[in-house]
Amino acid sequence: MQPVGAAAPLRVDIAEKTFRSAQGVSVMALKNLSFEVQQGEFACLLGPSGCGKTTTLRILLGLDRQFSGSFQLPEGGSNRIAAVFQEPTLLPWRTVEQNVRLALPKDLRAKNLDALFDTLGLAGMRSLYPAELSLGLARRAALARAFATEPAVLFLDEPFVSLDGRTAGQLRRLLLDVWSARPTTALMVTHNLTEALTLADRIIVLAPRPSHVLGVFDIGLPRQHRGPDATNGLLRSFHQKFPGVT
Amino acid sequence: MTARDGGDRTLGEAAGISSRSSSAATVMPALTVTISLLGLGLLWSLAANTWPSRAFPGPGEVWQVLLREAASGDLFYHLGATLGRVAAAYFVAMIVGSAIGILLGSYRRADRFFNPWVILFLNIPALVIIVLAYIWFGLNEAAAIGAVAVNKIPNVVVTMREGARALDPSYAEMAAVYRFGPLDRLRHILLPQLQPYLAAASRSGIALIWKIVLVVELLGRSNGVGFQIHLYFQLFDVAAILAYTLAFVAVMLVIELLLVQPVERHATRWRRRPA
Ligand SMILES: Nc1ncnc2c1ncn2[C@@H]1O[C@H](COP(=O)(O)OP(=O)(O)OP(=O)(O)O)[C@@H](O)[C@H]1O
Ligand SMILES: [Mg+2]
Repeated sequence: MQPVGAAAPLRVDIAEKTFRSAQGVSVMALKNLSFEVQQGEFACLLGPSGCGKTTTLRILLGLDRQFSGSFQLPEGGSNRIAAVFQEPTLLPWRTVEQNVRLALPKDLRAKNLDALFDTLGLAGMRSLYPAELSLGLARRAALARAFATEPAVLFLDEPFVSLDGRTAGQLRRLLLDVWSARPTTALMVTHNLTEALTLADRIIVLAPRPSHVLGVFDIGLPRQHRGPDATNGLLRSFHQKFPGVT
Repeated sequence: MTARDGGDRTLGEAAGISSRSSSAATVMPALTVTISLLGLGLLWSLAANTWPSRAFPGPGEVWQVLLREAASGDLFYHLGATLGRVAAAYFVAMIVGSAIGILLGSYRRADRFFNPWVILFLNIPALVIIVLAYIWFGLNEAAAIGAVAVNKIPNVVVTMREGARALDPSYAEMAAVYRFGPLDRLRHILLPQLQPYLAAASRSGIALIWKIVLVVELLGRSNGVGFQIHLYFQLFDVAAILAYTLAFVAVMLVIELLLVQPVERHATRWRRRPA
């Protein structure tokens, strides 16, 4: 399988990001945060709640420009970015299929999406409105939207929170299925270590606020060999390298 | 419904009213409405018989005038003139009012600066605006329609400003990430979120506008329902005044039933099937 997308990696070098509230209180969320994600690599940002993971993604998505430092998105390929937000953020007034197609650039609007909808188990739901979907199905639709755009880089912000364990596990497998069909540079935020160990090539571990990189955990093991025993082994070596990080 | 004054209808009602209608549920209210209207007609007819007077004709007499005016073609000519002005003023007021309202709702500083203007215009009596428009711009169609629109615009601004303040930024951010074009943002992000507010502004808008249009016609136009009412007022012909009024109310009701409600049902279809 040929990694699709960019020749250049995703390079992040944020010197500082501080929030200033209207009352004049300032919160420094990020300080000297720098890391790289290689092309075609699936990386996880792991860190405690409130450490600035969503803040980092919002900066990379171009939604927050009030920071000092720089970053470089992968170049070449489609040059598009895609995101799966913490909430599904589907347009309630458009059907599942319309939601997916609207995110496509004009020249791809009419493309065949059957395979994608089939893989994600959404084939029968294309004409439903988001209000008619369970949270799990809505999350799948959000995944479909992100992958349909064939992005050069994909950002995911805890896409499986507030799902029960079984549904979350099922969705993780689906995510791997669609991702393996077209390995895209991906950066996923999570505070669930097991999830990171199942999905990622590398885990970038963040310190509590103000956040910077504590270290990087390379998972050498191919995903298909990560059974329960292997995962336990990975957990152990992770805890050896990062004592105190859960 | 159209003739009811705006303001008393909440946004939730405006958005949800069509969602409850199903064929079985609409028969009973329709029956009630018919009986209620028949009762009113009966009462009117009784009262007119008890106190017979040229100033208080019964329903039969009004009906005769209506038929006569319809046969001569006058009725449709004047109804058409008024309807045209209502439509023109409605579109001008909705488009200009929405644009201003969305701007004020999106930019807090602009809102703080222009809010006194909005309040000022909200409180200028319709008559003053009409008279000034005729003095400054002459007794012409543009001045007439403009005056009606200016009367309505502040209401639309206030409603749409609320709508713009209630916009959910997460949809705009999604659109930014996926690089929606300006037209797609308008069609798929902005307008659907503003729809309940547009519906509320429309409903109170049509009712207010047609009442003001009659005043505009009375003061400075030579056709339309308002002009006719002025004419028959000078002749003290109450039957004709009532005939024109009822005819126009009927037209507005038909518009409400055949145009406004179906459009609204279509716009809110995604709400009707909750999970
Ligand atoms: N708009 C804002 N104004 C002020 N402070 C903010 C704002 N957004 C985030 N913060 C603060 O910045 C810090 C990082 O927030 P962020 O949402 O990035 O955390 P997170 O790592 O995504 O947490 P979680 O895992 O709970 O989603 C938090 O302490 C938060 O209170
Ligand atoms: Mg977060």
